[in-house]
Amino acid sequence: MPLRQKIVVLSIAIFIFILVLELVRRRKLREEYSLLWLLTSLAMIILPIQYDWLVRITHLIGAALPTSTLFFFGLMFLIIINIHFSVKISKLSNQIKKLAQENALLRNRLEKIEDREKQNS
Amino acid sequence: METERTIVIIPSYNEEKNIPKVIEGIKNSISKADIAIIDDGSSDNTSLIAKSLGAEVIKLPFNMGYGVALQTGYKYALENNYDYIVQIDGDGQHDPRYIEDILRELKKEKVDLVIGSRFLANKNQVPFFRRLVIQLFASIASFLTGHKITDPCSGLRVMNKKITRFLVKDIYPEDYPDADLIIILHRAGLRIKEIPVKVYPNVQGKSMHSGLRPLYYVYKMFLSVLLTLFRRDY
Repeated sequence: MPLRQKIVVLSIAIFIFILVLELVRRRKLREEYSLLWLLTSLAMIILPIQYDWLVRITHLIGAALPTSTLFFFGLMFLIIINIHFSVKISKLSNQIKKLAQENALLRNRLEKIEDREKQNS
Repeated sequence: METERTIVIIPSYNEEKNIPKVIEGIKNSISKADIAIIDDGSSDNTSLIAKSLGAEVIKLPFNMGYGVALQTGYKYALENNYDYIVQIDGDGQHDPRYIEDILRELKKEKVDLVIGSRFLANKNQVPFFRRLVIQLFASIASFLTGHKITDPCSGLRVMNKKITRFLVKDIYPEDYPDADLIIILHRAGLRIKEIPVKVYPNVQGKSMHSGLRPLYYVYKMFLSVLLTLFRRDY
């Protein structure tokens, strides 16, 4: 891997790694979401340094070039994290639904109590 | 013996024009029942009008869709210990005079759910394409349940507490609860019957099935029916 390529990849990877940690520190990103991102940026740091690992993985999955291996795993990562988000959004929708229903039922009960009090006074 | 209590639940979204007629119709048809409007985040005066007409109002904080509104009604009915739950659409397409008949049928036949079918009486009440799609899923539901189902998405239904207890669970399919729901209920051992009803064409001319939604509906229903067969948690 040419030195220039290595420097570009490493600086992007280190930037992402630090960004994720910083977001967690500022509580803008929850720990549970940080894991996948950190693992990916770690892989992006390790693979250019341990270039022979990348070559071995490339042979293993039958890819033509080490760069396509990197792209392939990048794409895989995006797919996995998106499915994860879809699952999460489904769960959140369900929770919002329950909250909205609970809110409506409680509001109805509260209004009934208030109406009764108004009549009594 | 304690008297049996009935509630009519009406999911409504921006129905201020139709709701007075629906509520009056229900009052004339069945006097002993309570009426609850589930206002699905309307931006008009649906809630105020319904309340002034003596209906109970349960107002969702934002528009959540027909199924969620209905389930809110089931939850209300269960919380308040009603024995029979009637559901009717807020757009005035159903004639409330049928409620009494359907309720009688439920008690007489000892079934858990009676559906007012638009197709048992006169098929031409529903536009052609919608009818085609509904009948496709009706035949799938009939095939899978072994009972003749003609109108799995009718909004006029009467059910007992047993069904309601089932419908408040998380497994309730809240976007378009119809053919898949019938299959789930059948698999859970609940008894379903249909009787013919007539409907008026939607007074306001708007429908929840417009634009690209019918396509999504067909997709959702196929997937949901198929996967229902592979689930064990009903």
